[in-house]
Amino acid sequence: MAMTMSEKILARHAGLETVEAGQLVICDLDLVMANDVTGPPSIKEFEKIGRPVFDAEKIALIPDHFQPAKDIKSADLAKIMRDFARKNNIKHYYEQGRVGIEHVILPEFGIVAPGMLIIGADSHTCTYGAVNAFSTGVGTTDLAVGLATGKAWFKVPEAINVHLTGKKPKNICGKDVILTLIGKIGVDGALYKALEFTGEGVAELSMTDRLTISNMAIEAGAKAGVFPFDDVAELYISRRVKKSFNPAAADEGAKYSSTVEINLSELKPVVALPHLPENVKPVDELGEIKINQVVIGSCTNGRLEDLGIAAGILRGKKVHPDVRCIIIPGSQEIYKEAVRCHWIDIFIDAGCVVSCPTCGPCLGGYMGILSAGERCVSTTNRNFRGRMGHVDSEVYLASPFVAAASAITGKISTPEEVIGNEN
Amino acid sequence: MKIEGKVWRYGNNIDTDVIIPARYLNTFDPAELAKHCMVDIDETFAANVKAGDVMVGGKNFGCGSSREHAPVAIKASGIPVVIAASFARIFYRNGINIGLPLLEIGDDVEKISANDVLKIDTDTGTIENLTTGDIFHAHPLPDFVQKIADAGGLINYIKSKK
Repeated sequence: MAMTMSEKILARHAGLETVEAGQLVICDLDLVMANDVTGPPSIKEFEKIGRPVFDAEKIALIPDHFQPAKDIKSADLAKIMRDFARKNNIKHYYEQGRVGIEHVILPEFGIVAPGMLIIGADSHTCTYGAVNAFSTGVGTTDLAVGLATGKAWFKVPEAINVHLTGKKPKNICGKDVILTLIGKIGVDGALYKALEFTGEGVAELSMTDRLTISNMAIEAGAKAGVFPFDDVAELYISRRVKKSFNPAAADEGAKYSSTVEINLSELKPVVALPHLPENVKPVDELGEIKINQVVIGSCTNGRLEDLGIAAGILRGKKVHPDVRCIIIPGSQEIYKEAVRCHWIDIFIDAGCVVSCPTCGPCLGGYMGILSAGERCVSTTNRNFRGRMGHVDSEVYLASPFVAAASAITGKISTPEEVIGNEN
Repeated sequence: MKIEGKVWRYGNNIDTDVIIPARYLNTFDPAELAKHCMVDIDETFAANVKAGDVMVGGKNFGCGSSREHAPVAIKASGIPVVIAASFARIFYRNGINIGLPLLEIGDDVEKISANDVLKIDTDTGTIENLTTGDIFHAHPLPDFVQKIADAGGLINYIKSKK
């Protein structure tokens, strides 16, 4: 029977020849992941089960959300996870100074690989679909059971075929692709389903583009957002993954519940207006929307290529006097490389704040909380009411091109408004 | 479980950031979370909710973050069951896993208004709107998932399998 990538990965991990959409399966997990917000309650639930961890080498505990600790309670959460990691010899626990944002470092460290089945107590765990893993977010209790048993149950999802064609224009990146897709299908357009990306347009997308796109699959309600394993992925993986892996390709004739066509060459810079990621509009149709803050970072757009885009736009320019621009490299490696490339010089000379890696402001944690009535253009993933601070603040989701351009003009702007048609 | 309670009615795409904002996620104590439940869209909820009241939402209820703090906050507020047109996937699992029954009823949810009184049998999925006289039937759970619900959540289910 012809299977999608999602069906194939779930079948292999359920020990079955084939599975089909709708089937309930119990699968062996290759990696179980949590952070400092979700890990501590998971540990508490895990302890109720009364078993040891299933495999200390297949667990990742990443203190990234409220760390370095923003307050005493957050320090207590970090301590619960740190003590648990030490006691159980958890292989993938990383301390401040070595850690980064979970969905940035797990691919960067080569911990996630093609064909793997992964659960994480964080909704953006779907990021690893970019490296051809089936990877999905779960809550505290599923995670606790995963820690104890190395297993989880899944309803095999139907898949939506996202068929990509055309050439990616300049000043367009993965963020515009995924926001455009969510604008088309809505925040529940892929509810209970997987997104699978196909077509010759896939080869146009860098790994950074793909990680951004898979990361936001959840914003369309999807369980996963899976890319095929191709030459671009192979180049990325070969530098990082040191273990054997088994990529999954969709079979000829695999069944999709529907197909969505996206012609990359037609894409324009877009933003998602408050308060849902589906409120997507081209930047050049917005009129003048003044802003108070820009955030460039997060598990969505905190990678080296994203910082390079921002540096390219901010080089030799100044952040608008009414704007705070906060730049957050997603990992220590990215931070160091951005220093080496003199991008951090560019950011500081332009008047940006540069922070250590953290989820920080994305979820209204710290390091850039908004006051009532303030507006932020952010490369993060959610613009729900109150997401970045006061309930009457507003978040506009955008690419690093749009975010950096807007930081300079003080209003939501296309990159062309700042750099013309150069670069 | 049989429940008779007053409705707290919310709209479509109620996300976990409004159910429990991240600024309160530096704890996972249920009673503390309940104090801030729904605060960003309904400041009256936490102060006025009574044990046994029922929460009703539109489509894609619980979208967004995987934080199980969201269904925990709802349950700790005294809400014994949530009804919606549809639930976001992770919230749905989380609700079942912590023993908070979630009833999905599609467009019938439009026939439930704020302050209606509902009589609910979570075992059969039957919902009677005592205010209007309408009767609805929730979509049944798959057998395996029903077993988790019947055990009162996933931890109890796993422990019973030892």
